[in-house]
Amino acid sequence: MIAIIDYGAGNLKSLQFALSKLNIDSCITTNQDVIESSNAIILPGVGAFEEAMLELQHANVVDVIKNEVNKGKMLLGICLGMQLLYENSSEDGFTEGLNLLQGSINRIPDTVKVPHMGWNTLSINQNRPIIKGLPENPYVYFVHSFYATNQNSKDLVSSTDYGVTIPAIVQKENIIGMQFHPEKSGRVGLQLLKNFGEMIS
Amino acid sequence: MLAKRIIPCLDVDKGRVVKGKKFQNIQDVADPIEMAKFYSDSGADELVFYDITASNEERSIFIDVVERVAAEISIPFTVGGGIRTLEDIHDVLRAGADKVSINSAAVKDPELIAKAAKKYGSQCIVLSVDAKEVSQNKWSVFINGGRQNTGLDAIEWAVKGERLGAGEIVVNSIDSDGEKNGYNIPLTKEISSSVNIPIVASGGAGTREHFIEVLRGNIADAALAASVFHYKEISIPELKEQLANKTIPMRRIANG
Repeated sequence: MIAIIDYGAGNLKSLQFALSKLNIDSCITTNQDVIESSNAIILPGVGAFEEAMLELQHANVVDVIKNEVNKGKMLLGICLGMQLLYENSSEDGFTEGLNLLQGSINRIPDTVKVPHMGWNTLSINQNRPIIKGLPENPYVYFVHSFYATNQNSKDLVSSTDYGVTIPAIVQKENIIGMQFHPEKSGRVGLQLLKNFGEMIS
Repeated sequence: MLAKRIIPCLDVDKGRVVKGKKFQNIQDVADPIEMAKFYSDSGADELVFYDITASNEERSIFIDVVERVAAEISIPFTVGGGIRTLEDIHDVLRAGADKVSINSAAVKDPELIAKAAKKYGSQCIVLSVDAKEVSQNKWSVFINGGRQNTGLDAIEWAVKGERLGAGEIVVNSIDSDGEKNGYNIPLTKEISSSVNIPIVASGGAGTREHFIEVLRGNIADAALAASVFHYKEISIPELKEQLANKTIPMRRIANG
């Protein structure tokens, strides 16, 4: 059972639908016992960084997520959920994140249209099980205005180009982040979620 | 490279997809779930569902359609029509929609965009602008299904919409809609060059050349169409192949 962390805003249903197509059990929760007994955690997310951090604190799940991850449980952060894994964000001032990955979240420079919205291609930086079975030049669906900067290059699995190089898939041991929405990325997205599912068991 | 998007639009009335001409002369077409699956499998990049009646009693049927669509397809979709309050936005996002398109209600209460963007994020708030040419290269915003002229300048309204927090703008030309003579290039271009958020061109698609015309260069990021897809006059895989041959970046079935 994957625990999908529910912290208010966001379309969690689509994620759950995508997982159930792959026969992966999941539940939408903020219950500490459920999170502890799960075999993986997904931190979804749309909306603003600061509000999301406040909601996570309000739901009292920050410590349990960190503890479980430190014990080696797989964690997948999606979109804003990936951004929350970093040290801090400059969205609406300065907000500290979960500090599980090295780096800061900053706004995409205005040399391109922001938000970065639509299907963009993944470049592969290093081969890992999470990206196995993808077609050539895979397209995935992005919707975001901020991105990870100053991250550890060792964590970078895949990136995309949009004015700047945007980390698209990152991984540090049992912690994985996806800046795009795998649950909205058609067959490619389903393959990525399937890979994640296989890494759990 | 960011691909340009092809977006079929489905007008939903009493749980069925219909296609109107200039907002009138409505006729039944098909089942929305079947069509959503078909378009998703054909390589559509996104879908838009408009609740065209949006009376209270039919709202629950529509929300049910949204939920069933979300369960079936794994590409993004936008929901519009009858969105008047934050609660309406909450309901459709909760049902599984990725974005919400706001039209008349935003004109009546521009703060709705600001509030919605703050609560749910700009990325899911789409400002839909129905524009009609009132004098040469001057377009006014019309509401209530194109029946009422608000007197607002369409370009100024788009700029204001971006400032309020809209994450995308659908430019629907009332003059072009249903005519199949091509998208309204001057209007779309004018709005696109005035804002720095993605632009979806809407109204007027009749041939594949119309898509090339609007998606080439910096005019529109996406092209929306209904009847040419519904009546299978244009097949999406073939259209995308042709656009890609014209060096317009396209996500195709092989890599998507």
